Amino acid sequence: MLIFEHSRPGRRNYSQSPTTPVTKSAIPQSLLRKSKVLLPEVSEMDTVRHYTRLSQKNFSIDTEFYPLGSCTMKYNPRACNSLAMLPQFLSRHPLAPEDTGQGFLACMYELQEILKAVTGMAGVSLTPMAGAQGELIGVMMIRAYHESRGDFFRTEIIVPDAAHGTNPATAVMCGFKVVEIATDKDGNVDLDALKAAVGPQTAGLMLTNPSTLGVFEENVVEMSRVVHQAGGLLYYDGANLNAVLGKVKPGDMGFDVIHINLHKTFSTPHGGGGPGSAPVGVAERLLPFMPVPIVAKEGDTYRWVSEKEKPQSIGRLSAHMGNAGVLLRAYIYVRLLGMHGMHRISQFATLNANYLMAELRKAGFEIAYPNRRASHEFIVTLKDIKDKTGVTAMNLAKRLLDKGYHAPTTYFPLLVPECLLIEPAETESKETLDAFVKAMKEILLEIEQQPEMIKGAPHTMPVRKLDDVKAARELDLAWRPGA
Amino acid sequence: MPFIPHTEEDVAEMLASIGAKTIEELFDEIPKELVSDQLTGVPPGLSEMEIARLMMERATKDGFYQNFIGAGAYEHHIPAAVWQITTRGEFYSSYTPYQAEASQGTLQLLYEYQSMMASLTGMDVSNASMYDGATALAEAALMAVRSHKTSPRILIPQTVHPVYRQVVRAIVSNQNIEVVELPFCTECGQILPESLENSVHEEFAALVIPQPNFFGVLEQVDALTDWAHSRNAFAIGMVNPTALALLTPPGEWGNKGADIAVGEGQPLGIPLSSGGPYFGFMACKNELVRQMPGRIIGRTTDLDNKEGFVLTLQAREQHIRRSKATSNICTNQGLMVTAATIYMSLVGPEGLRRVAAQSHANTLELVDQLEKIKGVKRVFSGPIFHEATLTLPAPVAEVLSKLKQKGILAGLNLQEHYPEMGNALLVCATETKTADDLHNYAEALKQVLS
Repeated sequence: MLIFEHSRPGRRNYSQSPTTPVTKSAIPQSLLRKSKVLLPEVSEMDTVRHYTRLSQKNFSIDTEFYPLGSCTMKYNPRACNSLAMLPQFLSRHPLAPEDTGQGFLACMYELQEILKAVTGMAGVSLTPMAGAQGELIGVMMIRAYHESRGDFFRTEIIVPDAAHGTNPATAVMCGFKVVEIATDKDGNVDLDALKAAVGPQTAGLMLTNPSTLGVFEENVVEMSRVVHQAGGLLYYDGANLNAVLGKVKPGDMGFDVIHINLHKTFSTPHGGGGPGSAPVGVAERLLPFMPVPIVAKEGDTYRWVSEKEKPQSIGRLSAHMGNAGVLLRAYIYVRLLGMHGMHRISQFATLNANYLMAELRKAGFEIAYPNRRASHEFIVTLKDIKDKTGVTAMNLAKRLLDKGYHAPTTYFPLLVPECLLIEPAETESKETLDAFVKAMKEILLEIEQQPEMIKGAPHTMPVRKLDDVKAARELDLAWRPGA
Repeated sequence: MPFIPHTEEDVAEMLASIGAKTIEELFDEIPKELVSDQLTGVPPGLSEMEIARLMMERATKDGFYQNFIGAGAYEHHIPAAVWQITTRGEFYSSYTPYQAEASQGTLQLLYEYQSMMASLTGMDVSNASMYDGATALAEAALMAVRSHKTSPRILIPQTVHPVYRQVVRAIVSNQNIEVVELPFCTECGQILPESLENSVHEEFAALVIPQPNFFGVLEQVDALTDWAHSRNAFAIGMVNPTALALLTPPGEWGNKGADIAVGEGQPLGIPLSSGGPYFGFMACKNELVRQMPGRIIGRTTDLDNKEGFVLTLQAREQHIRRSKATSNICTNQGLMVTAATIYMSLVGPEGLRRVAAQSHANTLELVDQLEKIKGVKRVFSGPIFHEATLTLPAPVAEVLSKLKQKGILAGLNLQEHYPEMGNALLVCATETKTADDLHNYAEALKQVLS
């Protein structure tokens, strides 16, 4: 039932908006709204019940194991939320003077410094509001760098075929042509293909490492050399930073610009699809191009750095400084974990992934890259199962929902057929992983014994398989009364 | 170990299963020369009690002020239920609803949100959100150019928020789109529709129409929309969602209505919180839906013909289309939209109208009182919504600094963005201000200026 269907004309909440009607108005009649606003007319209790019930139809980290590959669904500590929501932080206007925000700015400055330390970069800007915006800002800086040197002929960005879709989409938004290169049989970027692709037209290479195939790019140093020698820059997509945090710094791998998904590695909430936050880090030579604002410290005072001090800056990419409240949560998280906690993240994320990979292999599942270590994630392919039984990765994913587990990422990366990208994250216990393996074994048996049942999954969710084709053909994107 | 549940026995059993001796061994594919176990610069961890103390000290340092700054971020009362429900773990800690059957809560909520925004803006369809108002405007410009096909030019009046103009420039310039800024009438504070016909000669893809504009002034939206259409261009309405409870929505501007509506969603239940996270909204006419960026939720049916909700029109998006997507946007601002949807349900049409009407009346009242002070004058003659531009008989920075010492953040100094306007100040009084608050502000300003 939609909230609109609970609505009754004239019902409203009297305490939550101004109680006395006003008469003073100076808006010309011609500009006044004549049509009705179709917001629901419901009581506070109706609203609370309706949205509480809706929430209960969601899988979430707080309620289920959520091994969604490449998304790092780790536990979101409660303290990060409650302390970022202290009333003084919530009520601070973004344009309030700097001296009324020294507490907030101190957190932001320290977060910049900590992110510099863990990534080995020379500068960090907290502005980007999501991973894709971090990428946009990073690639804009690559473009600005080349142009500042009078190098206007670098028109191509190289992207491995295993990359997130945001990589090629970003390169295009920055006016570049995308050159896709292949992956070799062990899951590394094909070095020969890379060597053949680079040239004076190369603006840069975008790389996720460990890659979305769940393996570490063993040739990263050589790749870095090849791209730099051609005059290109290296972009690090930090989607999988969780796997190597405290082990390897992107700066040491030769990357010139990176983004860090705080909603992955630094445990800020995914919120049903945002708000994200993806600070960018840059090497020395890109410092002049960083987006503003940035927080600076002089003596004991914190202040904003604006365009005036950074004339080569690519400018502003959000109305203020990105998703400040998300940044506060990440700050609290890094302070709770500290140096040793940062090291443990990658250690235990990697332990969990390799354990789960080993157990699933023993259970009879085919691992896409069996000769490789898992990073913090790995791929199971159901190609053989599909060939034999017709059961697909999607079918298995839906059956997992019935068993109380969120499905892994399916059909990504695109180059592994019938794939499940599985990322357990370090916050899950051995018992949870064991129970997941048990569920996967049960499904394997079900595939043998009742393949048709699996193909009809899920069976226990609030809805059964939904008709995506109908949704796209007979567009129904908004409720209308009487419709 | 903070947030890691493993016991020593667990680790031993897990390593045995893998066939490794130590956790370190699992990193043996990383070239040795790259491994650095040094994280100097990261302080040691704090307990929850210690971090709570630190954060409370910092929050206390920032304190509370009487805020009269608006300029794109507005202080409104947020009903208690909004964030109590929004921060339920099932909303807070879920991800983008890729598995529709296990995400019906978020998906239905987003569908309800799209319905509310479509009605509020008077448009056919809304997407599930953009990052913020500024990037929503930039995406609207890109969308207009994609749809227009023949002109890569966007007209943006200088009455649009100056930072939004910077953001639009930064984003669209990568795609060789030209941004042309239009001057405004310095007397009324509006764009004059009659001046455009003779000053704009070249073809353009879209005209951006802010309502209200950055100065708080209401634009002549009907004439502007019709003029854009007469030149075969799109009209993009950039609107304040609270104001739409009172003002003609973009979908009803002029003869045919605006084509795209965007804006900052923060006024709908999102705290000021130093500038984010907020969310941008975007709505459009049916004809343009396939050019719209971002997530879109559709209502459909399941195998039993039961109603359900899915992400739809995904063929526009980066995870399917890659380099041919309408935008690179992936994650949007889901949790903020959750709050906004609950906010709109709680206040309803009458509550939102009252918030808007009270904010309007409070600003009128504040301006009336301030104009009684010698040398304080309204800059523009055009009608306003809930913000006004004033000129002061003294340097604004000094006045603001003195009022701050009295606990009042008295508005935004326009010196940085509009130096030609002299001692200009932008003030806003929302429904959160009482008659006493307005009176105290006026008294304090009087003292400071005397």
